[in-house]
Amino acid sequence: MKTILLVFRREFAGYFATPIAGVFLVVFLGMATGLTFFVASFFDRGQADLSAFFLWHPWLYLILMPAIGMRLWAEERRAGTIELLMTLPVQPWQIVVGKWLAAWVFAGLALVLTMPLWITVNYLGTPDNGVILASYIGSWLMAGAFLAISAAVSALTKNQVLAFIGAVVVGFLFVMAGFDLVLAAVKPWAPQVIVQAISSMSFIGHFQRITDGVLEIPALIFFVTLIVFALWLNVRILEVKKAA
Amino acid sequence: MSLVEARGLVKRFGSFTAVNDVSFSVQRGEVVGFLGPNGAGKSTTMKIIAGFLEPNAGEAFLDGHNTRTDPMAARKILGYLPEGAPAYPDMTVGAFLEFVAGMRGLDAATARQRLGFLVDRIDLSEVWNRRIEALSKGFKRRVGIAQALVHDPAILILDEPTDGLDPNQKHEMRELIRELAPEKAIVVSTHILEEVEAICTRALIIARGSILADGTPADLLAKAPAADPSRSQLVKTTKLEDAFRAITLEQAGA
Repeated sequence: MKTILLVFRREFAGYFATPIAGVFLVVFLGMATGLTFFVASFFDRGQADLSAFFLWHPWLYLILMPAIGMRLWAEERRAGTIELLMTLPVQPWQIVVGKWLAAWVFAGLALVLTMPLWITVNYLGTPDNGVILASYIGSWLMAGAFLAISAAVSALTKNQVLAFIGAVVVGFLFVMAGFDLVLAAVKPWAPQVIVQAISSMSFIGHFQRITDGVLEIPALIFFVTLIVFALWLNVRILEVKKAA
Repeated sequence: MSLVEARGLVKRFGSFTAVNDVSFSVQRGEVVGFLGPNGAGKSTTMKIIAGFLEPNAGEAFLDGHNTRTDPMAARKILGYLPEGAPAYPDMTVGAFLEFVAGMRGLDAATARQRLGFLVDRIDLSEVWNRRIEALSKGFKRRVGIAQALVHDPAILILDEPTDGLDPNQKHEMRELIRELAPEKAIVVSTHILEEVEAICTRALIIARGSILADGTPADLLAKAPAADPSRSQLVKTTKLEDAFRAITLEQAGA
């Protein structure tokens, strides 16, 4: 636990040691509120809820989470510090979890800074705060899934740009998994079970069920499972790279 | 028993064999110099012994612990300075060394005592609060050495510890290594021959992934060809340099 905390602290402070943190928070808050007010017409809807806000999160995260996650391992490889890290007497999974946790808490901080929106809808009307809370938790977990994927992809390369692009592509498949764009590529040859399995991976589908206030628990479990799987994959990638 | 033992290490990257059947051992009190041209396999061998890379064949032991099957025990007694002395550029020297001490499981009191000693010994106090990215090459290298010594390990593997240091700093680094030597098994890589003469009790000459010679600096000197008066007039070479050239070129020609 102490090891995870040490890695977390180092990595989290790393975001604030450079302009990354400030730039990211401004871009995230600007885009999140801009999309809510100008594209989804938050005021014209005349409804006291935050669905116009959460609607955009899968798309926002698709670009912004790889931007936070791309450096996690690629930068260590480029700078050579991975040699220090991986020869310390600690388990690789502790480092993997600590790094991911730092990125996830940072994403959570960005999300917390959108709280004025929540206050606003409560001022304007009487929203279902249970659904909003569930949506925030769901959004945070979805961010965690994007970050775990980004971290695993980042472990494959020492090039941050490649890590970013790779994470966006994999994330895009998960976002679009329930849509015909992805399913059409599989349907002609795969059995029905596989088509269904792929469509059940859809980030948008799961996240929508959370923001609609139905079936929250299975959707939350989906994101948690995916996070655990991606972190496990991250550890495996590090091990395989050692022998490569 | 030897503190460092390599048995038949082989490492291939694709079709290229970087390390080809390398075996050697290092006892406590020995300073072994890895000597070889660039790309000879020195760093790769060190990476394998440090447990960063897995060999395709062979095994490495640190104080009897197999680096592959018992990595935690092996890493605990190892201090490793990787090639280029990497460190986190966005951290201050102090924060970085405290981070390494924490990751090595040192308690606060021990860490403070060890870091205090190292800061004095390696002369880091003036840069303690400075970010690593703002350090000169010499200071960066010293931070790398400090990082490797935080837990007072029995085994030190130092990949080019004096690279980038000015002559005074080189001298100090060699003094430090000599001072540490009686208690530890130390492996240093270098392509500076005078360094081998200055600090090493033994030298391994590596080229193309294989050990070509293993002996004391004096043994290696004996392999130097008879002085060639016509050339030594033009190029000032030391005897050890001649030995090195003779040994490595002999293989290249073979």
